[in-house]
Amino acid sequence: MSNSYFELIRSGINTTYQDKGRNNLYHIGIPYSGAMDNRNFLLANKLVNNNLNSPVIEFAYQGPHLKFTGDKISIAITGDVIFKIIKRNSENIGNCYESYQIENGDEIDIISTNKTIYGYLAVGAQIDIQPQWKSYSINTKASIGSNNGKKLENGHIIELLKLNSNKDKKKIEYINSKVENIRVIKGTNFNYFSDEGKKNFFEKKFIVSKLSDRMGMRLQGNRINNIVNTNIKSEGLIKGVIQVPPDGNPIIMLSDHGTIGGYPKIGVVASVDYDRLVQITPGSNVKFKEIELSDAETLFKLYEMDTNNLLNQI
Amino acid sequence: MINKIINLGDSALYCDFGQDVSKEINSKVIKYFNSIRKSNIEGVTNLTPSYNKLIISFNLSITNSKKIKKEIETLNIDYENKIINKQIQIPICCENSFSPDIKRLEKKLNLKKEQILENFFNTKYFCYMTGFIAGMPFLGDLEENMRADRLETPRVKVPKGSIGLTEQFANIYTFESPGGWNIIGNTPLNVFDSSNEIEPNLINPGDTVIFKEITYNEYKKYHE
Repeated sequence: MSNSYFELIRSGINTTYQDKGRNNLYHIGIPYSGAMDNRNFLLANKLVNNNLNSPVIEFAYQGPHLKFTGDKISIAITGDVIFKIIKRNSENIGNCYESYQIENGDEIDIISTNKTIYGYLAVGAQIDIQPQWKSYSINTKASIGSNNGKKLENGHIIELLKLNSNKDKKKIEYINSKVENIRVIKGTNFNYFSDEGKKNFFEKKFIVSKLSDRMGMRLQGNRINNIVNTNIKSEGLIKGVIQVPPDGNPIIMLSDHGTIGGYPKIGVVASVDYDRLVQITPGSNVKFKEIELSDAETLFKLYEMDTNNLLNQI
Repeated sequence: MINKIINLGDSALYCDFGQDVSKEINSKVIKYFNSIRKSNIEGVTNLTPSYNKLIISFNLSITNSKKIKKEIETLNIDYENKIINKQIQIPICCENSFSPDIKRLEKKLNLKKEQILENFFNTKYFCYMTGFIAGMPFLGDLEENMRADRLETPRVKVPKGSIGLTEQFANIYTFESPGGWNIIGNTPLNVFDSSNEIEPNLINPGDTVIFKEITYNEYKKYHE
């Protein structure tokens, strides 16, 4: 034991531990889960010298307010986040993508994300939590993962087992690019929809509904008319699938999604755009652009190279 | 054996075994599922068998559609493997508060509540697959006169233990979740146990399920 810990004075709205998620459980109904925005998750870990798959604290909209007790530790916050670091004699607004040394008695107040949904706090230490099916990721809907699968509540203690020895200041220049255009590959039921519906799907804007969370993003403003059958025989779903239920309002499957569904699949979000998609806030617009499989594969490779370049700069 | 293999987005393949829902087609799907699992193809991260489809998800950082498709097409399928079958009895309470969609079904099916329940409890079910939410069994088959569509707009919250009907199928919501099936009852049994990492599901594909009606008093006793 290191006798170092964070106490959550305020937990924030939807604060969970996340890593890269769990594999090979779709067949019993368990999705990947894991950090919604993978790039920001990796960058947070790298900034504090963690193994890249270490669990981090993911928050949505309002983040936690934490008070630290113990030996000196480094932390970093990624995303588009407004936060304060409160020390005994000072109170400063912090910068994302920069590590900070936190000492006994210091507080971190993660006020909110700014025009995005998710942010990440990595601590340069091993957190005392238990994995389930080889992952620490919390899936609150299924009550699976560390912290008994529950989101972190006020008063939660983040016990730290082993602090990283390297606490050097690290920093990169990075700005989250905000997008409204999301690239999509046609789905297996694309031809279930009317010509007008298909055209509107790729030409009109949708609005992200408030009923969106880690499971799915519901869209409104542009009903897609089905001319074949509004139900299919239930079959597997994957992250990024866009289903259209009978009411014509598309739903995009996100990291905690149901593994099986019976609504026709009009499209699938290209992997390259997933990190950016999940950050689009309710009330904002989304517009889909059709791409081919080969282009999606190439774009993903470029995105991954870009992520690796960023990680190497740290 | 697979009618066609197409891509589902850039990180999954969609294997189509046909349009019908039958034990025969479903057992082919399960055999492919078992064989692919055993073969440990590099980059495969998940397999989702369903009535007549199998989705193979993979990690786009280390492989791609073309490579996985080739592996599947040249794979040796073990047709000998048997699906283990057990029979499970599930108690259900159909009190009004547990059956919010019974009125809708009465109208849709043109049957009275008593008839709907009688048909429901007289059927022996086969588990085709589990999923949507962890451990949820997809059970078939309901008689022709019991088949109704999903709700127009799925509910944001369906309570844990709810029994839903859609088309020829029944399912059990293993915990609270969104869902679009017609809810007719609730079971006090825990159908999914997340503390058991090896065997979390009470009902697995290939199992036989029968439902037994219980009163509200009997239902409450399960929780005491």
